Amino acid sequence: MSTLTSPLRPKRSKLLTGAMVLYLIYTLVPLLWLLLSATKTQDDLLSTPGLWFGKSFAFFSNIKDTLTYNDGIFLRWLGNTVLYVVVGAGGATLLATAAGYGLAKYKFAGRRAVFAVLLGAVAVPGTALAVPTFLMFSNLGLTNTVWAIIIPSLVSPFGLYLMWVYATDAVPHELLEAARIDGAGEVRTFFTVALRLLAPGIVTTLLFAVVSTWNNYFLPLIMLSKPNLYPLTVGLTQWSNQATGVGARPIYNLVITGSLLTIVPLVIAFLLLQRFWQSGLSAGSVK
Amino acid sequence: MKVHRRGIRRLVVAGAAVIALAAVAACGGGSSNDSASGGATTGSSDAVDAALKAGGEITYWSWTPSAEAQVKAFMAQYPNVKVNYVNAGTGNDHYTKLQNAIKAGSGAPDVAQIEYQALPQFALPGSLADLNQYGFSQYESAYTASTWAAVHAGSGLYGLPQDSGPMALFYNKEVFDKYGIAVPKTWDEYVAAAKKLHAANPKAYITNDSGDAGFTTSMIWQAGGQPFKTDGKNISINLADDGSKKWTGTWNNLVEGGLVSQIPGWTDEWFKALGDGTIATLPTGAWMPGVMESSVKAGAGKWRVAPMPTYDGQPATAENGGSTESVLKQSKNPALAAAFVRWLNHDEGVKPFLASGGFPATTADLKDSAFVDKASAYFGGQKINQVLTAAAGNVVKGWSYLPYELYANSIYGDTVGKAYQSKSDLNAGLKSWQDALVTYGNQQGFQVNP
Repeated sequence: MSTLTSPLRPKRSKLLTGAMVLYLIYTLVPLLWLLLSATKTQDDLLSTPGLWFGKSFAFFSNIKDTLTYNDGIFLRWLGNTVLYVVVGAGGATLLATAAGYGLAKYKFAGRRAVFAVLLGAVAVPGTALAVPTFLMFSNLGLTNTVWAIIIPSLVSPFGLYLMWVYATDAVPHELLEAARIDGAGEVRTFFTVALRLLAPGIVTTLLFAVVSTWNNYFLPLIMLSKPNLYPLTVGLTQWSNQATGVGARPIYNLVITGSLLTIVPLVIAFLLLQRFWQSGLSAGSVK
Repeated sequence: MKVHRRGIRRLVVAGAAVIALAAVAACGGGSSNDSASGGATTGSSDAVDAALKAGGEITYWSWTPSAEAQVKAFMAQYPNVKVNYVNAGTGNDHYTKLQNAIKAGSGAPDVAQIEYQALPQFALPGSLADLNQYGFSQYESAYTASTWAAVHAGSGLYGLPQDSGPMALFYNKEVFDKYGIAVPKTWDEYVAAAKKLHAANPKAYITNDSGDAGFTTSMIWQAGGQPFKTDGKNISINLADDGSKKWTGTWNNLVEGGLVSQIPGWTDEWFKALGDGTIATLPTGAWMPGVMESSVKAGAGKWRVAPMPTYDGQPATAENGGSTESVLKQSKNPALAAAFVRWLNHDEGVKPFLASGGFPATTADLKDSAFVDKASAYFGGQKINQVLTAAAGNVVKGWSYLPYELYANSIYGDTVGKAYQSKSDLNAGLKSWQDALVTYGNQQGFQVNP
């Protein structure tokens, strides 16, 4: 029985290892395809096999073309995405942290109601709210502005839930009382004591928020009609759709290279923040 | 309940649009009547000329490849007019944004590109300005009969045609020669060619068709079918009429026999298959050469163009694709917007459009010998425009699209598309498409097949 083996020297299962290897291949092949395809010209993409190099190595000219096509609009989209991520996901994390901490550590009337609303909000997918949000923003005159993306991104029910749960366990009441007795105000306690203890949870929330804002597609698709406000997701789709119908101008090589450039920052963020991510996910699991 | 509420909302929206237009007309000391409230009325183009002289600023949404060049040329000619060009997306993305802005009551452009198949959907609820008020009906003789019909909905004129797509048969001569296949003149010969080709080379197919609403409707059109008829709020849908049956009678042979490739159009796989001989023919619109020249380089020298096969050997074809530019009711300066549309699709704007590889809707250009007799290197020196311009004169009359064609196209895959997937009777697929369209139309406040 596997429960009898020591956790320090886990028994190796050939079957599980094999399954894992298969899964690894399954997840890596699309990435490999993306990498290889980014080295091909538009003609090679259509005339050479997908999982090997084409006749010419066009990686660098593809990158150059991607960055300069349509007067360099790709860089503009990249800048927009960064703006939406920094302000939107950063703001969402800050709000979720403060609110989660407050809900976890202060007793006040209506907490249960907030909890119920929160659970409801987690259950409703953002996509379902996109059109009502659009009509609301349209009445406010905010469509076609960066605020149409940033303001909805600031709201992260899941992040709030995560921080609430995390703060409940990670910040001991005794510590807060000690800080109060030493004369620290509530705000100071939050920033100097609680925030440090909450760090792993904050990083987890931040990662979730960054990924969802970086990949946000439907909301900007309907909110924005000016291409120079688009984030990368909507911009690349527009390039991709250019291959359709009367007057089609396919630029698959640029779409692919653009996609590769788009995922690079996310990959880096994950590699750098991985350990926080892991510790955040397992937080509170052994209690 | 739901039906009523939706119907009422529609009326409210249409009513609001009418009021808005009336207000605009009043402001301009308008001499024109609003045709949406009554029958067609014709005005004069004085208001348009005056607006062009006065200048101003308008916004233009389009995904036409030449749009940017056209806007630049227009502003160079009329420096007092500023046109904000926006590519808001291709096809459905563009329509979603347009529909949202119309619903929201603000944010729509002054001028927008709208495909012929989508025109009734925007025109009938009153979202577009009727250009009869500016006397644009005088330009009728400048356009082919089929495109002129396509920019009308009811008695209203909702744009000027930008391009046309009379269908022709594009075929890979190299493949035809290799397997000794003659260019089919009738659909029976086409089916025979499909069998011969696929038997000789199991990897090659006569064409690809994984189920495409635009193609299906065009093919029914060519067969003389008129499945969609709209009169005010009354719609009749009959996807089992003689024309529809005629088409399925032929096409069932190909679909049920597995003789058409399932590669979906406009994918990388499709562009590849056009270049390497996997797909031997394309019955499609006359705008295709521009696309092939720029994006199917591997097919250079191999392809040729022939008239569409027909059922009886007599020339007949349909339109596939093509767009108009329309003036939105929301526009604060509709006269200036109309002036821009006139310049784009009637005056100097046509040239940059043709230079980018577009196929004209203007009869003068279709007759211009420099255009007609131009030999195409891509098509092995063939004077392809002779075939294509002849097709423009052979379009079957009397076709119209549904006032919710975009929705119809979006559910095509769940209905007719299933027949394609299971290689079964297309008539059954068309039946389920029709049922879904009748239900939806009634929900939207129309009276469908009462």
